[in-house]
Parts: sequence; C-alpha cells; structure tokens
Amino acid sequence: MWTLTQIELYKIFRRPRTYIAFIAIAALITIIQFGLKVDGKSYADFLMKDIGGTMEIDGNIINGYLICYIMLQLLLVHVPLLVALIAADMISGEANMGTLRLLISKPFSRTELLLAKFFASTVYTLLLLVWLAILALFLSMWIFGTGDMFLMKSSYVVLLSENDVFWRYAGAFVFAALAMVTVAALGFFLSIFAENSIGPIVATMSVIVFFTILSTLNIPIFNALKPYLFTTHMISWKEFFDIQVNDANEAIVGSIQNPQKIVNSALVLIVHIFGFVGGSIWIFNKKDVLS
Amino acid sequence: MQQIVQVKGLSKQFKNLTAVNDLSFSVNEGDVYGFLGQNGAGKSTSIRMMLTLIEPTSGQIELFGMDLARNRREILRNVGAVIEKPDVYKYLSAYENLELFARLSGIKPTKKLLMDQLEMVGLAARANDRVKTFSQGMKQRLGIGIALVHNPQLIVLDEPTNGLDPQGIADIRNLILHLSRDLKKTIVVSSHLLSEIEQVATRVLIIDKGRKLVEGNAAELFDPAQTIVELQTMDNAFALEQLKASPWSTYLQAQRNSAILLKLNRTEIPALHTALAAMQIQLLSLQPRHSLEDYFLQITSGNQHVDTYTN
Repeated sequence: MWTLTQIELYKIFRRPRTYIAFIAIAALITIIQFGLKVDGKSYADFLMKDIGGTMEIDGNIINGYLICYIMLQLLLVHVPLLVALIAADMISGEANMGTLRLLISKPFSRTELLLAKFFASTVYTLLLLVWLAILALFLSMWIFGTGDMFLMKSSYVVLLSENDVFWRYAGAFVFAALAMVTVAALGFFLSIFAENSIGPIVATMSVIVFFTILSTLNIPIFNALKPYLFTTHMISWKEFFDIQVNDANEAIVGSIQNPQKIVNSALVLIVHIFGFVGGSIWIFNKKDVLS
Repeated sequence: MQQIVQVKGLSKQFKNLTAVNDLSFSVNEGDVYGFLGQNGAGKSTSIRMMLTLIEPTSGQIELFGMDLARNRREILRNVGAVIEKPDVYKYLSAYENLELFARLSGIKPTKKLLMDQLEMVGLAARANDRVKTFSQGMKQRLGIGIALVHNPQLIVLDEPTNGLDPQGIADIRNLILHLSRDLKKTIVVSSHLLSEIEQVATRVLIIDKGRKLVEGNAAELFDPAQTIVELQTMDNAFALEQLKASPWSTYLQAQRNSAILLKLNRTEIPALHTALAAMQIQLLSLQPRHSLEDYFLQITSGNQHVDTYTN
C-alpha cells in the first residue's frame, strides 16, 4: 500500500500539469500583494467608507493577517478547480492513457489501488493548501507586517487582537484542507466513470457551482436541503474568525462564537469524503475495464 | 507437464452481446499458445478475464493450478502482460516506466536488472528518453520489457504486432521465440493474423463469435501435407477442364474468387508446376497456403464466394 502510494505521488509530481496549480496560486497571490502594497491605502479607505463616521481606527489595518483573509475568501472559491485538475484525473487519466489495464493486472487489489490514488491526491491537495498558507499568510506577514485584525462582516465588525489571530489561521487552513479533500473525493468519484480527464473535471466544477448556488439561494424549498450539501459547509473556515463577546461587548480572546458549527460542518465534510471514496471503491470493484 | 492455464466454460455477456460463449481451453507449461480469431471474436475479452480486468459472467479460470478469483494476488505476481496497446506513461522515460512497473509487480529492481531488461528488448540506448518520443514498435518492445521485468512464468500478449511495420513485427516474433526457446516461458499470444501465429505457436486455438472452433498442436494444424495451392490462370475454365482430365483431378478442392484451389503435399508443388506447363495452362500465380489458413479464411470472411467441386 505504501509502495503504491509512493508510486502514485511520483506520477503526480512528474507531470507538468501538477505545477499549474502551484504557479496559478503564486501568480494570483503575488498580484494581489503587489496591488495592495502599491495602493493599500485606497483599499483601506474603501473598507472604512461605511463606518468611517462611527469608528476611529488607530494603526495599519492593511496588515498580513487581513490580506491573508481577503485572499482566502477570493482563492478558496477557485482552488477546487485546481484540486479537480488532479483528483478528477486519477482514474480517468489512466483510462485515457491506456495504463489502467496494466495497473489492474498487477498483483494488488483494486481497493488498494483506489486508496493509494486517493491518498496521493489528498497529499497533493494538502500541499496546495500549505503552498497557499506560505504565500497568503507568511509572505503577507513578511511584506505587510502583523497587527490587530479588523474584519467587516455583513452586519458587524470583528476586531481580533494580534496575539489572537495566528491560531485561528491554523484552524482555518486545516478546515479548508478538509473542504478541499472533499472536493478531491468528489472529483475522484466522478473520475471512475469516465475515460478522459475533461469530463470529470468539468463535472466536479459543475456540481460545486450548482450546489453553491443552491446553498446561497434563500428560497424556502431549498433551505431543507442546505444542511446536507457539502458546499454549505466548505466555507465554515470563516467561523474561526468570529469571536464571542462578554456582557460589555468586549471580545473574549481565544474564543470562537460558534465552535459547534465548525464541528458539524467538519463532520458533514468527512461523511461526504467517506461516501465518495467508499462509493468509488464499491463501483470500481465491479467495473469491467474495457478501455 | 504442468497446466499453466485452465479455462472451463468461460462466458461473458455484455447486455445483449455474448462476447465469450462457453469457452474452454488449457495451456501447458512451455507452450506458445496462439489465440486466433478475427477482430471481435472474443480474444481480448477472454484475455482480459484471465487478467481480472473483466469479471466473467460464468465459468472458471485456473492459473498455476489456483483459482484466479480466490488467489488473484499470488497468481498475478507470476504473470506479465501486454494488453492490446503497449500504453505506458509518456511523460516518463523507458527506464522510469520499467522501474515503476517492476515495483508495482512486487519487486525492488536493481539498475542492472532494468538495464539488462532494456537491453533484451533493444532499448538500452534509449533508456533515458521519454516514451512520448518512441515509435509504436519501441513502445511495444518496452511493453514486453515491462511484462517480463518481474520474471513471470506466464506471459500474455494481446495482439502484440498491432500497428507495427514489418520490421517491428519481425522483432516481436523473434522476441517471442527467444522467450520461449531460451527463457522457457509459457506464452499466450493472440492475433487475428494466422501467419503470425503460425510462425511462433506450438499450440493454437481458433475462436469465432466467442466460441471455440479448433484447438490443437500447431505441428498438426500446420501440417505441410495439408497445403492448399491457389492457382490463378489466364483462362480458368480451360485450366479446370485440363486439371479434371488429368491425375491432378483428385487434388481439386474448390474455386474461390477466380482462383482454383488444390489440396496437396507441399513437396508436390514442383511436379504440379511442371504438369501445368505441360498442359499449356498459362499461369498468373501459384500461391501455397496451409489448409488451416484456408479454413480460417472461410470462417473469418463469411462473404467470400466459395464453390466446391464434385470430383
């Protein structure tokens, strides 16, 4: 099993396609960082325009922590495509190349093959998130410095003190990794039905877009569905940045407003991962390989 | 002699299509077993069932005396295969592909082993070149190298000469003969071309529409005494009249597609040639074929017009 996983990782990282995602993330992040470095004050003014009259901020709100948050909001919508690029290719790509039949005629079970492939695509996904964290968080901290984190939510403002931020990012990145592994599992599941990579990649993105629209639509008939859609829970990383307040409306350092929501969302995502991978194994074990 | 492959009552149904129908055969140790049939006859489906790519609808496959369904892992350690096309990872080199598949086959290959293997299939000089730069023949040889790298007892080659030029076909043929004669491997090789099987096989199975038609020793099936000679003349009616009136009339078999067919021993061909000249039959061509080939052509080209003579 370990040998199989090593081989799958070797194959992933020998393909030029793999590095598209790393290059795309680096390009996007550096462009955003460049823009904010050059014209950060205008952006800060834009952020503050609605509350400028009621609140006075002392210090630099455009710091590494805020920039990382902005970038996560922007990028975590698009990272699924980069994850799907590899995960949705894991089986269909082999079928397309014709190597699947050779793999299956080797002395290991189909279940072992699928698990090794899924673990390898999970490692790829995690590395993508690590890369995102290095560039979006650490590089931004280095370029823009750190400080208290000021967040504008839809109906309120959150102010996190500097020493209460970093652990929240650690939690947010772990959660985002879980969300992206769910996307990988979906892409992986769809990949077993196709004999080319394009179909499952497009199908994965279509499912995500479709479910995201259902998740965001505020129509009563769809509201009952929302708790079961994984897309509803993929954005729960933001919960790490909502803080509890005491009776005097002061932030309680080290608190999360709704930790149960994070746990519930994580459980829903884990169930989806098991469902997609389990379904892949079940179907693939019965499949005749005709490619 | 040990039976390496034993297939009993094997069938595969794809919705309304019966791809393989109650097929039984056995392959002995050391055989080069020719699996012959036209495209769509069920060869590839049968081979894929032997390699667990396709689940049989019914029947049993035993390899090395073990049930394939129950002992898959143990059995496949001893099997090497090239299935239809020799597809490998095009973004890797020949050496890397070989190493990768060796590890997948359960061995930890040394550099020497891999280079020896590449040497055997004639690719040592291209070891570090990416496979995407290879010709079809080179890919096929690499595919065979991959099939052999873990030193399996049984080698399964499904249409190994597909898409190859004459030199590539000859290379593969020589490689099969080397594996059989020098390395004592048991080989199952499928083809839709009888001439290919004839040159390498020790035993032959012909299937059509998923059913077994003929199985036997190649030496018997390709017996020179069973040669069919196909004559094409300037005037077939005249030639036929002359032949019927001569001692050669007993050899007459059939007339097909403007050709006269005679069945005789290969050693009698020079005498026939002399007789035709004596009968002043103007010959356009005289083409000897095995009777098996004639039979194969009949069953695999149902639209050919065949008239049988009444002697």
